[in-house]
Amino acid sequence: MARSRHRLSRLTALVGTTAFLASCSLIEIQDAPMTTFEPAGPNAERLDGLFWMVFWIATVVFVLVIGAIVVMLFVFRDRGKNDAEEPKQIHGHTRLEVAWTVIPALILAAISVPTVSAVFELTGCDSDSMKVEVVGHQWWFEYHYPAQGIDTANVMVIPAGQEICAVMTSDDVLHNFWIPALHGKRYLVPGQVTLLRLESYEPGEFWGQCAEFCGLSHSLMRARVLAMEPSDFEAWVADQQKPAALPVEGMPEYDGYQVFTNKGCIQCHTVRFDDDSASNIIQREDFNGPDLTHFASRTVFAGASLPEEGESYDAALKKWLADPPNVKPGSFMPNLALTEQEIDDLIVWLGSNK
Amino acid sequence: MSDVVHETPVAHHDEHESTGIGNRKLGMWVFLSSEFMFFGALIATYLLYSNRGGFEGTYPSEIYDIPFTSVSSFVLLMSSLTMVLAHNALSKGDQNGTRTWLFATAALGAVFLGGQVFEFTEFIVQSDMTLSTNPAASAFYLLTGFHGTHVAVGVIMLLSLWGISRRKGGLSEEHGMNLELVGLYWHFVDIIWIVIFTVVYLLSVPSA
Amino acid sequence: MTVTAERPRTTIFKRPSSAYGIWSWLTTVDHKKIGIMYGYAAFSFFIIGGLEALLLRVQLAQANAEFLTAGAYNALFTMHATTMIFLFIMPASAAFMNYLIPLMIGARDVAFPRLNALSWWIFFFGGIFLYSTFVFGTSVAPVGPDGISGNLAAGGGPGSFNWLAASPDGGWFAYQPNAGPFYSPGTAMDYWALGLQIIGLASLVSAVNFIVTIFNMRAKGMRLLRMPVFVWMSTVVAFLLLFSIPIIAVALFMVTFDRQFGTLFFAPVGGGDPILWQHLFWLFGHPEVYILILPAMGIVSEVLPVFSRKPLFGYSAVVFAGAAIGFLGFGVWAHHMLASGITPVAQAAFGLATMTIAIPTGIKIFNWLGTMWGGRLRMTTPMLFAVGFIAMFTIGGLSGVTHAVVPSDWQQTDTYYIVAHLHYVLFGGSVFGLFAGLYYWFPKLTGKMMNSKLGKTHFWLMFIGFNITFAPMHWLGLQGMVRRTWKYAPETGLEPWNVVVTIGAFIIALSVAVFMYNWFHSRRHGVDSGFDPWDARTLEWAIPNPTPEYNFGVSPVISKLDHFWHLKYDQDDEGRAVRKDDADQIIAELEHVGLNPPEPIHLPNPSYFPLLMAAGFPLMFYGIIYHTTAWGKALIVIGAMVALTAVIGWAMEPVEEPHDEPSEERAEEVEAGV
Repeated sequence: MARSRHRLSRLTALVGTTAFLASCSLIEIQDAPMTTFEPAGPNAERLDGLFWMVFWIATVVFVLVIGAIVVMLFVFRDRGKNDAEEPKQIHGHTRLEVAWTVIPALILAAISVPTVSAVFELTGCDSDSMKVEVVGHQWWFEYHYPAQGIDTANVMVIPAGQEICAVMTSDDVLHNFWIPALHGKRYLVPGQVTLLRLESYEPGEFWGQCAEFCGLSHSLMRARVLAMEPSDFEAWVADQQKPAALPVEGMPEYDGYQVFTNKGCIQCHTVRFDDDSASNIIQREDFNGPDLTHFASRTVFAGASLPEEGESYDAALKKWLADPPNVKPGSFMPNLALTEQEIDDLIVWLGSNK
Repeated sequence: MSDVVHETPVAHHDEHESTGIGNRKLGMWVFLSSEFMFFGALIATYLLYSNRGGFEGTYPSEIYDIPFTSVSSFVLLMSSLTMVLAHNALSKGDQNGTRTWLFATAALGAVFLGGQVFEFTEFIVQSDMTLSTNPAASAFYLLTGFHGTHVAVGVIMLLSLWGISRRKGGLSEEHGMNLELVGLYWHFVDIIWIVIFTVVYLLSVPSA
Repeated sequence: MTVTAERPRTTIFKRPSSAYGIWSWLTTVDHKKIGIMYGYAAFSFFIIGGLEALLLRVQLAQANAEFLTAGAYNALFTMHATTMIFLFIMPASAAFMNYLIPLMIGARDVAFPRLNALSWWIFFFGGIFLYSTFVFGTSVAPVGPDGISGNLAAGGGPGSFNWLAASPDGGWFAYQPNAGPFYSPGTAMDYWALGLQIIGLASLVSAVNFIVTIFNMRAKGMRLLRMPVFVWMSTVVAFLLLFSIPIIAVALFMVTFDRQFGTLFFAPVGGGDPILWQHLFWLFGHPEVYILILPAMGIVSEVLPVFSRKPLFGYSAVVFAGAAIGFLGFGVWAHHMLASGITPVAQAAFGLATMTIAIPTGIKIFNWLGTMWGGRLRMTTPMLFAVGFIAMFTIGGLSGVTHAVVPSDWQQTDTYYIVAHLHYVLFGGSVFGLFAGLYYWFPKLTGKMMNSKLGKTHFWLMFIGFNITFAPMHWLGLQGMVRRTWKYAPETGLEPWNVVVTIGAFIIALSVAVFMYNWFHSRRHGVDSGFDPWDARTLEWAIPNPTPEYNFGVSPVISKLDHFWHLKYDQDDEGRAVRKDDADQIIAELEHVGLNPPEPIHLPNPSYFPLLMAAGFPLMFYGIIYHTTAWGKALIVIGAMVALTAVIGWAMEPVEEPHDEPSEERAEEVEAGV
C-alpha cells in the first residue's frame, strides 16, 4: 500500500514535470515585441521556418528517448522480489549500434541542406539595396543614410517592402544588432564592417536590442525599426533633410537653446540650423552623442530605453536630463547639474526639433 | 637510495610502468606536446598580424637582420648537437665528456640569448619598434620573448646539471635520467626555433 | 597504515611526517586526500556561485528592477560563470579523477604524487587569488577619448549592492575590447586574467600527471580496453586540457600584456583584432565544454551498469564516441561566433562540424538506454541522478542541434535560449552526473551510506527545481530576452516566466541544502556500508571502505573488463548473471587482504614543497598587477624566490624516503590505524 502510494507520488511528479515542460512551449504570451515567432519579413521568416523544422525533429527524438526512459522505469524496475531473475548480460548489438549511428547521421545530413543554403542566401546584401550605416556606441545605435545625407539615432526608419542593407561597424566595443522580427543578429565590430539585410513586408514598428554584452548599460542599449510605406518614407527623408529652425530671442524655444549652447551639450551633440553659422557639427569620427536636429521626430531616446512603460515622454525626458548616469549607468552623457527651469526650457526647445 | 638493502620484498607505489617508458620521460613528452600548442597559438597570431597591412609604425619584417639571426640560429642548432654529445658521453660513462658538453650546450644557449637581447635592443633603439608600436610588433616580441624564456629556463637546468656533474662521482644513474629529460626539452626548444626562424623570419615578407 | 620510514632527512625543512591533523592535509601527496580537498573546495565554490546566481535571479524576477546596480549585476554574472566553470565543475571533476583513477586502474597513487599536490595547491591559491578581487580589485567606468568620463565609479546608479561591482565585469568570455584596458580600467579584469592563468596551470599539470598515470600505472592485465569508462573519459579530458590550456594561456597572456604593458593585440585603436580573441578563446572554450561534460558522462557510464545489473551496452562504442567527441571538439569553436560576421563558408563549415558532434553524443545516449534495457533497475539515489542526467542532457543536446542550424542560431545566440541550453548541458548534465558520483562513491570515502530518503528528496527537488528554472528560459530566449541583461522592459512581456524561473532557482537552492545536510549527517551517523555495498563491477570496490591509505593490499591482476564483477558472477546458458557459489568467500578474502597487506608497502612521503611552490604564483601575479609600484616589483621577486626555494627543495628530496627493514609492528599498526 505504502509502496504504491510512493509510486503514485513519483508518477505525479513525472506527469507534472512533463505537463510543465509542454506548457512552456505551448502557452503564447500576448504582446511580446521582441519575439522571434512573429517574423515580419522574408529573412526572419526563413529563420523561423528552419527553427520549426529542426524543433519538430528534435521533439520526435526527445519523445522517443524520454519515452524509452519512462517505459524502462516501469517495466524493468527492480521490485525488490528476491526470486527475480538476473538480467541477461548483453554487451552490445552491432546492428543496433550501427543503426543509431547511421540514422542520426542521415537526419543531420538532411537538416544540413536547407541550413547551408540559407546561410549563403541570408548573409550579405544585394548590391542594389538601400544602405543604412549602423554605428554602435556605448550605449546607443547611430544610423547614417549615406545616399540621403541623414543622421539619426535609436529609431531606424526604413521603407517597407524592399531590402535594406545595414552596413555596420562600431565606434568602441563589440555590439550586436538584433531586430528579431526582421532578421537574426550580427556583430558590430570596431575597425571592421559587417552587413545585415533587413526587410519588412508591411509598415510597422519593430523592437530590437543590442545582444552582445557591451559594458555597464548593455541592457539599456535598445533599438527600434520603423517601417513606412515608401511614400511616407520619402516624406520622412525630406523632413529629416531640413535643418532645424534657429530660435530667436522672444520665442518660447529660445531659453532652451541657450541652455544647449551654454551648458556643454554642444560638446557632443550635432544640431544643424537653418542659419549655418549657428550650426553645431560634431565630426562623426569624434566621440559624439546623437544628432539632435530632429530629436522630437523620434519616439524614443536614451538608447531607445526611454520612455518606460506608463511614463509620459516629457516626464521621461525630464528624468533623463536631470541625471543621465543615474538612468543609464556609466553613460557618457554627464550629469550637468541643470536646474529644473533649465530642464523645462530644454524640453521645450528639443520638442520643437521635429 | 641504492645502498639500502631490503630483506623482504617491498611493494612501492610506482613499480609498474605499463608502456615501458619511464614515468618522467613520458611526462616530459606529454608536456612538450602541450607546448607545441602554446607556440602554435603565438605563431598563428604573429602570422595573422604580420600579413595584415595598414598598421602605423615599423613592421618587424622590415627590420629583420637575417644574416645575424642566421648565425644565432646556427649557434642554437649546434647546441642541440652538443646536447646529444653530452648524452652520448654519459651513456658511455665518460663523466669528463658529459661535463664538457653540458657546459658547451649551456654556453651556446647563453650566446643565443645574448643575440636575442642584442636584437631586441637594436629593434627598440635603432628602429623604434616597441611592444606598443603595432599588433605585429606586439606579436613578434611576445612570440620570440616566450621562446627566449624557454631557452633561459633550459640554460638554468643545464647549468644545474653541470653543477651536479662537477661533484665527486659525476652524474648518477638517476641524474642521467634528468639529463635525458633536459635534453628532450632542449631539442624541443630548438625545433620550435627552427620553425620560428623559417616562418617568422625567412618567409615573412614586408607588408605593403 | 603505511610503514613509517626512518626519520626523514632534512633538506631545506625537516620532511613532514604528520599522519593526522592539519599538517597531514597541507603536506599530503596522497591522491585520495588531494581528491577530497579538491571536492570540498569545489563544493564551496558551488555554493558561492549559486548565491551569485540567486542574486541575479532576484534582480530579474521583476521587469526594470533596481535590486542590484548594473555594475553589481555584470560582476555577478561574470563571477557566476567563472566560478561554476573553473572553480566548481573542473575541480569537482578533478576530485573524482584524483580519487578514482588510481583505484580504478589498480595503482597505489598517481605517477607524480608531489606534482599532484602541486596542482591542487596551485588551483586552490588560484581560486583565492581570483576571489581576492572582491577585496582588492577595482572596476571603474571607462573614460571617453576626449576625457569625458563615464561619470560613475563601478556602475553606481540605481540599485544596491554596488560593493559587489568591484570585481571582474567583462563576462567570463571577456570579449575584447570591452574587457581590455580602455573599456575596463581598474584591476578587476587583471585579477580575472591572471587568476585563470594560475588555475589553467593547475589543470595542465594535472593533465600531464593523469595521462602518465593512466598510460603507465595500470595494474597487470589492465589493458586499455579493460579500463572503466570513467578512466577513459578522464583520459580524453586530460588530452583536451593538454591541448586547449596552452591556447587560453596565450590568449590570457595577450590580454595581460595589453592591459599591463601596452601591447595592441586586441585594441582596435592600434589595429588589433577583437575577433582574434574570440577565436583563441573559443578554440579553448569549446574543448572546455567537453572537459566539463565528459567526466560526468564517465560517472554515468559507471553508475548505470551497476544499478541495471548489466554490463555497459557497447563499451567500445561508448569509449570511441567519447574520444570522437573530444577530437571533434577542437573543430567547432566558431559556432560560438556565428553572428560575428565570419564568412558564410566558415559559418556553414562550423555548423556542419557541430552537427557531426551530435552523432557520437547520440551514440552515448542510445548506449546508455541500451544498458538499462532489460536490466533490473535498482532506483537508488545515484541511479536517479544518472537517469536524470540522460534525460536532461538529451534536452541540452537537442537544443544544441538547433544552434547547429546556423541561421536558426542567428536568432538564438546571445539570448536566454542559449542560457537554457548550456544549463541543460552543464547542470542537467555535468552537475547531475557529479551528484550521481557523490552518492555512488560516498561509501568509498567514508565507509558509510548516504541516507537514501534524503537523497531522493534531494533528487526530486533538484530535478523539479532545475526544470522550473531552465525550461522556461528556452521560451524567454525565443521571446527575445537577451543574455547578460540587467534590466528588461515590462512591455516585452517577459516578466511572468522570469518570476517562475526565479522560484525554480530557490527550489534548487533548497535541494542543495538537503544534500549538504545529508552529506554531513551521513558522514557521522550513516549506516555502515560494509564491503562492496552496491554489488559493483569495477576495481575500486574490490578493496575495503573507506579506502586504505595504500589502496590495494596486493596489486591486482586483471583478466577482464569489469574484473571485480566477474570474480563474483558467472553466466548461465541463457546469458543471465549467476552469483558464484564461492562469491562470498572471494569477497571475504579480498577484504582480508585489503586490510592486511601481506608485505610492507612504501608510499611517497608527504612534502612541504608543493604547497610552498604553489604559494609563489599568486605572490608573483599580485606583483604583476601592481608592477608599476615598488612593492609590486618586490612581490614579483619574493614570489619568484619562494617558488625557486621550493624547486630546489623539491629536487633535493626523494619522492620516497629510504626505509629500514620492514618493522614487525606493522600488523598492530594495521589493527590500530585507519
